[in-house]
Amino acid sequence: MNTTTQPSPDTSTARLAFQLYAAIGIAVFLLMMVGGATLRATQAAWMPLAPNFAYQLLTLHGAGMVGTAGLAGAAVMWYFLRRHVPLSTGMFLAMLGLSLVGVVMILAAIGLGGYAGAWTFLYPLPAKGMVWGVHAAAGFAGGLVLIGVGFLLFYLDCALALLKRYGSLWRALGLNQLFGSGPLDKSHPPTVVASTMVIIVNVLGILAGAVVLIMTLVNLYLPSVTFDPLLMKNLIFFFGHVFINATIYMAVIGVYEILPRYTGRPWTISRPFLAAWLAITLMVMAVYPHHLLMDYVLPKWMTVTGQVLSYCSGIPVLLVTAIGTLVNIHRSGIKWDLPSRLLVFSIFGWSAGVIPAVIDGVVRVNLVMHNTLWVPGHFHFYLLLGLLPMLLGTLFWACTRSGWKESALDRAAFWTYGVAGTGFCLAFLFGGMHSVPRRFAVYDPAWIGIAQVGTVAATLVLAAAVILGLRLLTRLPRASLTA
Amino acid sequence: MQGLAWSLSLVLMAGVALIFLRVVAGASQPGGDAGTIAAAGYRWRDRLFWVVIVAGVAISFATLRKWPIPGHAAAAATPDVIVRAVGHQWRWELDRDTVRPGELVEFEVTSADVNHGFAIYRPEKSRILAQAQAMPGYTNKLQVRFDEPGDYEVLCLEYCGLAHHAMRAVIKVRADS
Ligand code: HEM
Ligand SMILES: [Cu+2]
Ligand SMILES: [Cu+2]
Repeated sequence: MNTTTQPSPDTSTARLAFQLYAAIGIAVFLLMMVGGATLRATQAAWMPLAPNFAYQLLTLHGAGMVGTAGLAGAAVMWYFLRRHVPLSTGMFLAMLGLSLVGVVMILAAIGLGGYAGAWTFLYPLPAKGMVWGVHAAAGFAGGLVLIGVGFLLFYLDCALALLKRYGSLWRALGLNQLFGSGPLDKSHPPTVVASTMVIIVNVLGILAGAVVLIMTLVNLYLPSVTFDPLLMKNLIFFFGHVFINATIYMAVIGVYEILPRYTGRPWTISRPFLAAWLAITLMVMAVYPHHLLMDYVLPKWMTVTGQVLSYCSGIPVLLVTAIGTLVNIHRSGIKWDLPSRLLVFSIFGWSAGVIPAVIDGVVRVNLVMHNTLWVPGHFHFYLLLGLLPMLLGTLFWACTRSGWKESALDRAAFWTYGVAGTGFCLAFLFGGMHSVPRRFAVYDPAWIGIAQVGTVAATLVLAAAVILGLRLLTRLPRASLTA
Repeated sequence: MQGLAWSLSLVLMAGVALIFLRVVAGASQPGGDAGTIAAAGYRWRDRLFWVVIVAGVAISFATLRKWPIPGHAAAAATPDVIVRAVGHQWRWELDRDTVRPGELVEFEVTSADVNHGFAIYRPEKSRILAQAQAMPGYTNKLQVRFDEPGDYEVLCLEYCGLAHHAMRAVIKVRADS
């Protein structure tokens, strides 16, 4: 928490860049939520959407949410990492610019071209959609490539700055301290550790994604060139798993940086903290076979790895970040306001969501739960109730230098979001228990009731999110890079 | 299995919620000594760590020692019947659709075009019995013993395009077949 020197200057361009990210992020999140709620209402038989339109919406919601989560997470990382090392505003804006071009391509692919191959573009579906053309699929894949390039530029800038300051990523990750015998240098910022982890895993993840997207593009235009579908599946899930997890690991920087300013108790590194981040770095990359437990042609050891590492991946979150948060706030005299509520709640959402995720990673459970609503159940838990409050809490805090005066409306919106959001996720999990498939545009009569409960909850979440989003947008002019 | 997963998740998630609520309720009162609280918290953390590790080893052994996916292992039992199941956009092609209760059925699951998911639902339709991915170029073997006679519906559980939700088949389990 060294604020005496600011390695990256607080220019008006930098401030504007941050505000752009925040404004676009909020707007897209809200739009995608409307899309998600519409989809749930379709499953509830309350909306007469044609299946092809519903699957286009599913593709849009998935890609839009994941992409925006990535950008907003990167904005949190940039916001705090630039206090420790000099970061370029140009590269930060280049990521946004490339992403926006990518988004336009994706929107055109879905809206004009009718692409509905889901955000996971599982090979060879993009080329065999039957209802969409080659150019639509290529537009979608090309859009994702551009977004990926934007992220790579940003991470490159961050990596160079970290290398200049710390000499190696090994030191930036604190591994020289973890494996050294001397006392820890407590001034080494957790933000630097988390950012380094994200750079390592996400650069590899995005590169794998770029490779598989280019292979997909080749196959689209040269159908005689085909690839091994199992290899493609491995690459896609490696990329997808790493990317979506990296969004949370970027956003959690907000918790590490902000909560201590409320409680007056610094969040410093310790050996368990460094060990946890090293473990996460390795496990986030190695755990993706838990998406492939139902692919019996894979070697047995991969299935076992998938189950065992899924379990292990939950440990650092629960034991280091969740307990760290509780220890930080316990009897600290914390002042509850919107940012602090959202940040603490986000750690709850993340920790709780890990539980059904780990349970689904058990092969015996996966055999009967894979690709049911159990899956969106657990990931909406840690995305809607973990990641999003983390991002919102950080943004609110960045716009609240003079202190947030909390209104009754804020409190109502917060509690509605939390309670209805939990209900929304539980309705998915309940559907999973009853083997309701995920990604179905049309429901069998027995499943409709659950979807209706989910839709009511989704509408409440949406209403609360609109209130929070508008509050944030009106405060955005006050955003400060040195809050 | 599904019921157990649900109950266990609810109990553990409620546990996490209670711990958070308890700490949150007292957080705005000042006066806690940061050092003492950290020491106590980290003592808990270290204990929990070992509990979680021991539980993890136990769970892994309990759930993996007997291989959980019948058919997916070199030592699989010899089946009484083999059914070839091929996914197409958007229908299942089964080379036979009637089997007897109690016999060991091996499904050889593959696809003619894109990825599909071959999931067998119990007759009451609210529980999956077992599933496997249907992937072009590969054959996943899944062994199932149907204990009860009835109509078992097959649904596609891997998104495969426009009529994904309508891609179905029925396996008839009949004592007199
Ligand atoms: C009001 C809030 C939200 C609603 C109503 C909503 C609704 C939905 C629905 C109905 C589905 C399809 C489930 C299925 O049948 O498989 C879905 C999928 C998904 N959602 Fe959300 N969602 C919301 C928030 C979010 C957030 C905040 C994120 C991420 C940051 C997110 C990411 C995703 C992803 C990645 C998928 C999977 C898409 C796919 O299966 O291809 N959602 N959501
Ligand atoms: Cu299918
Ligand atoms: Cu399908």
